Amino acid sequence: MDTIDRQLVLATQGGLPLVARPYARLAEQLGLSEADVMLRLQGLLDRGLIRRIGVVPNHYAIGWTANGMTVWNVPDDKVDELGGRVGALPFVTHCYRRPRALPAWPYNLFAMVHGSSREECSAKADDIRRLLGEDCLGNDVLYSTRILKKTGLRIGG
Amino acid sequence: MRELDAVDRRIIDTMQGDFPICERPYAVVAGQLGIDEDELISRLDGLLADKVLTRFGPMFQIERMGGAFVLAALAVPEARYETVTELVNALPQVAHNYRREHALNMWFVLATENQAGIAEAIARIEADTGLPVFAFPKEREYFVEMKLEARL
Repeated sequence: MDTIDRQLVLATQGGLPLVARPYARLAEQLGLSEADVMLRLQGLLDRGLIRRIGVVPNHYAIGWTANGMTVWNVPDDKVDELGGRVGALPFVTHCYRRPRALPAWPYNLFAMVHGSSREECSAKADDIRRLLGEDCLGNDVLYSTRILKKTGLRIGG
Repeated sequence: MRELDAVDRRIIDTMQGDFPICERPYAVVAGQLGIDEDELISRLDGLLADKVLTRFGPMFQIERMGGAFVLAALAVPEARYETVTELVNALPQVAHNYRREHALNMWFVLATENQAGIAEAIARIEADTGLPVFAFPKEREYFVEMKLEARL
């Protein structure tokens, strides 16, 4: 990522301009041409530095009022295979391997599930437990009760 | 909370990715939605103002830019919860923060431009709050696609 890419990130991390020609507006701000801005953004997408361009809804506002971070203790030698299978479930939105923090935290697999109710999240956690079978050595579901901050990432200027 | 109509829901459901890169991208999307360009722009503006949308724009993969992302947690005594929330949220490196029901009752994501920034942010939070930070860096990503259709 060079200086111009970085400037583009800084200029768009708060959002895209809501004007008919948003890329022309960015170009004006950055002293580039509209075509340059479009090429650069496409390049960042192609290289995976931008995952996607679109809207991020507030889950609560669109009806997904329950969110559960399901956490699982599975054998280390199986975590990658199991993580791949849990991540492939249609209702899992994020799935990661993370380190345990023993003794307080024995879980090494995290999968986020969402629903309109805790019952819906809990049913989804049950599906994950069935998939893991005897490889589930322990689990928990941590429900969120309040959003304390949500700004998305910001890099410094 | 704002009531969503059918057009709002279609905007939310179809615009969670694939926003086009062309001279008149809103006109293209509006055409797909069967509304006009001005209406799409003003509805996006309203949905953002009403906080139905938290963001509209590119979603960056910060690790591929040399940056770092870490999920971290604190076990905060209830009596100090509000104070600790203010201290943690004051750091610009804290991208989001959720209260969760568990002994570890505050979960936040640190996003920094480089790996050293994570250690600095953790040290700062530990010094400010007097509480140990539990850090859970991502060791492997199996799936990430945060797309949810509008239900309301």
